[in-house]
Amino acid sequence: MGSITVGFLHSLVRREEKLLIGEFNQRRNVNLVLIDDRRLCFDLKHRPEVDVIVERSINHSRALHALRLYQGLGIPCVNSYDVSLTCGDKILTAAALQDHGVAQPDLRIAFTIESALKAIEELGYPVVLKPAVGSWGRLLSRVNDRDAAETILEHKAVLGSYHHSIFFIQKYIDKRGRDIRAFVVGNDCIAAIYRSSTHWITNTARGATASCCPVTPELGELCLSAAKAVGGGVLAIDLFESTDGFLVNEVNYTMEFRNSIDTTGIHIPGKVVDHVLSCTNG
Amino acid sequence: MSECPVCGGEITLADDVVTGELLECGDCGSELEVTSLDPVELEEAPEAEEDWGQ
Repeated sequence: MGSITVGFLHSLVRREEKLLIGEFNQRRNVNLVLIDDRRLCFDLKHRPEVDVIVERSINHSRALHALRLYQGLGIPCVNSYDVSLTCGDKILTAAALQDHGVAQPDLRIAFTIESALKAIEELGYPVVLKPAVGSWGRLLSRVNDRDAAETILEHKAVLGSYHHSIFFIQKYIDKRGRDIRAFVVGNDCIAAIYRSSTHWITNTARGATASCCPVTPELGELCLSAAKAVGGGVLAIDLFESTDGFLVNEVNYTMEFRNSIDTTGIHIPGKVVDHVLSCTNG
Repeated sequence: MSECPVCGGEITLADDVVTGELLECGDCGSELEVTSLDPVELEEAPEAEEDWGQ
């Protein structure tokens, strides 16, 4: 087997990147090239000497554009530009899930304060307002009544950049203190955790605790359907357990998994590296 | 052995440390970034930006 050169696109090296770097370095026949997106100066006509790019940038906008440029040079990327484009924007994710008939919370998208208010009242309180691009539970608003809705919509429109006037409105789901994060790598749902918190936001970045969640056939099939809807690859699917069954809340494309290796007993970096190495053109 | 740029505390780097790696100072809790390996340089990690995440 010939040597595979892996371009590792990153900026800050978090625990996940360190684990992946360590895993790549343990593999025989792998030459790992670290590419710091802060030092990247792209020449559209120059193809870097890499067989595959694994994207681990912390900035969505940098990741997105770099992936487009690398793919334009014929280099396979994990995840792909299309997947990153879809998953990096909650509106595009919701549209992809809808296109593929994947269950998700009821939601509306509106472009003005007036239409957003109408949409909120149509859904019924409480609702959750989310930035279309954002992560780690930042700037999420649970809106319990019309007074709060009017205030938050005005603040977003007046104080935020124009992105914050694209209103993504999701029906609030009573998740009874927890949600699920499941990990899909290629064609397998490899593991899942419960994320539990007394707060309505259950991101581990906001202090939620992780515990092992069994991957039942129902959960696994839904996660694979969600992954397929956005284009597949290495993905973290966030789900609610509603009275109507599982609902897909979000799909993350530069997934964080530091709290899930010991919790699940699954060596997630190894699974990711296996997948990346299987994606080379050779 | 390196020095925390915030509090001056001593910081021991792992053998496999890489440029760009995030560290936490054991003395003051500051989040630091390894900006150079030869010579070793540490800086306060940048603040989170709007499009950061996963």
